[in-house]
Amino acid sequence: MDEIALEVDHVYKKFKKGEVYDSLRDLLPALANRFLARRQGAELGTREFWAVRDVSFQVNRGEAFGVIGANGAGKSTILKLLSGIMQPTRGALSIHGRLSALIEVSAGFHPDLTGRENVFLNGAILGMTRREIASRFDEIVAFSDLAEFIDTPVKRYSSGMFARLGFSVAAHVDPDILLVDEVLSVGDFVFQQKCLDHMNRVIRSGTTVVFVSHNLQAVAALCHRVLLMDHGQAAIIGPSDAVIRTYLSQAETRRSQALGSGVFVSHLEVRDAAGPRAQYRSGDRVTVDVDVVSRGRFERLAVVIGLMDAREYNIFNASSESVSGTSFALAPDEAITCTFELQLHLAAGRYRFCTWLFRYDTETLYDHWASAATIFVSNDTDDRGVVNLYPKVRFSARRAVPPAAENAVAPTRPS
Amino acid sequence: MARGLRHLAVELFRRRDLLYLVTWRDIKLKYKQSVMGFLWAVLMPLVIVSAGLIVRFGFGKLSGTPLKLDDLILVTVKAAPWAFFVSGIRFASNSLIANANLVTKIYMPREIFPIASVLSQLMDFAVASAVVVVMLAIAGVPLRLELLWIVPLLLLLVLLTTALGVFLSAAALFFRDVKYIVEVILTFAIFFTPVFYEVALFGRWQTLLLLNPVSPLLEGLAAAATGRAMPAPIWLGYSAIFSIGGCLASLAFFKKLEPYFAESV
Repeated sequence: MDEIALEVDHVYKKFKKGEVYDSLRDLLPALANRFLARRQGAELGTREFWAVRDVSFQVNRGEAFGVIGANGAGKSTILKLLSGIMQPTRGALSIHGRLSALIEVSAGFHPDLTGRENVFLNGAILGMTRREIASRFDEIVAFSDLAEFIDTPVKRYSSGMFARLGFSVAAHVDPDILLVDEVLSVGDFVFQQKCLDHMNRVIRSGTTVVFVSHNLQAVAALCHRVLLMDHGQAAIIGPSDAVIRTYLSQAETRRSQALGSGVFVSHLEVRDAAGPRAQYRSGDRVTVDVDVVSRGRFERLAVVIGLMDAREYNIFNASSESVSGTSFALAPDEAITCTFELQLHLAAGRYRFCTWLFRYDTETLYDHWASAATIFVSNDTDDRGVVNLYPKVRFSARRAVPPAAENAVAPTRPS
Repeated sequence: MARGLRHLAVELFRRRDLLYLVTWRDIKLKYKQSVMGFLWAVLMPLVIVSAGLIVRFGFGKLSGTPLKLDDLILVTVKAAPWAFFVSGIRFASNSLIANANLVTKIYMPREIFPIASVLSQLMDFAVASAVVVVMLAIAGVPLRLELLWIVPLLLLLVLLTTALGVFLSAAALFFRDVKYIVEVILTFAIFFTPVFYEVALFGRWQTLLLLNPVSPLLEGLAAAATGRAMPAPIWLGYSAIFSIGGCLASLAFFKKLEPYFAESV
């Protein structure tokens, strides 16, 4: 089972900034250089930069591998190198098996062709034969929920319908290795959930998946291991939870000073009994440590923590003073850790902790940190919303009701 | 290079369904949302043939020689292949740019695009040819054994169109200038190609005209239809080498540059 599906070995990729050749005057020396010197890109020329620099990793067969990083970190370039759209400047890639890419799924669509025609065209572009497409056609259309519109030119489609049909075709290619780029963000909520379910099925069926995304929640839920890219280099490769937590904490670094008031929150950490994690399950008990550092004398202080959902709605607030009934004081160059215990009765999703430092009697705000930590919450059942109300369902026995009267078209209501 | 070309042949064969569907898309889209639809495929060569007949008629008036039926047949037979050659190159050289979003996003053998462009023009050519055949039948051209020449000559013409189309599509991807240069050359090429006239008209200068690799093919087609003498074997051989060799060379060139397409388009 530990067979290697895909191997990237010290790969470099160089890009040019700006126009490649502005004029004939630039072009001729460049061409001469290329054919005479034949330099294989060891050093950078003027206006060149490394989009990917010395990246190596292996993906095992059947593994779901995530690639994350900030914009411009080189994620998409890695994917383009893997899919064969681009060749590395240096280094080698080896791919064992039929590879298919789920990159911008509707790229092959032509607006003047009907949905049906585009399914065939796009399927062929993604590597299917006409016979394969024909045999899976009904499945594809059913997945997209567009049966009604399948003979309409896709230019009449809404952008969501367009993307849905594109994803549906791409999802039925059946490769050994699947490259996925930021495509799960298409369509409405229901369709997104369908896509995620589908990805889960694909992974469970043993397909190797390389998943590039900004959607950290999806990466955390789907991937076994994750590569964090930083400025073209591989920063860390490891278990998804640890890597994602590192990535998140880069954005939420320890603070040394805030608001200039002299007392501030230096660090906020969410953990459970096993230590800090990025992903929790609904109902988990967690501990939130808030470190407060003071550079002066402050009295009657209270720490407030808040929780924001993915739509930036503040769904929970708790103050150390109202929970414990006591406030605290700090002398110059003193620190204190205030620990909250919480139980995450949350629906699946992404949540962000924020924190305030407050004095209630004078109504003074000393510090406010809007983005102190981010966590993901997963849930086995497909409940949606913000909170987990632990639903249970039961049915009564079926019972007979009087048949509807022959002429009664509309039920009569008491007026 | 030999191994590269074999690899290319294998890959093209494996993706033949894609080639078929892209060709079919190009055909389908060409006349989409036009009232006349596929009639255009008939009309366009008719326009070229009529233009040729008018030019020919003018020549005859000026030189005082009466217009013979043979002359009309010559123009008719050559106009349709010429129209195919011109539109094939025009369409193919633009094909990679037109499919830029596919070139940059999904891997596939990219030579499919220029080849499909040529094949889709072939469809128009087939329609035009049917019209020409009807015209020739009305004019009373007899069935001769020489007509068999048409098969290899047309094959060479398709190869020559493909060779130029594949080469120009890659060149145009890197330098948009190519697009304009191609337009200019195609516009004036009819003066340097024996479409509305015969090379024999130019006496000892005809060698110069025959250096244009399309010329021997068109002359050959005209000869096959009218029963005149074929162009000298050396010129037919010249065109054949140009078409077949050119096709291999331009595909090799195309494959060599393909890795740079996505970042240069």
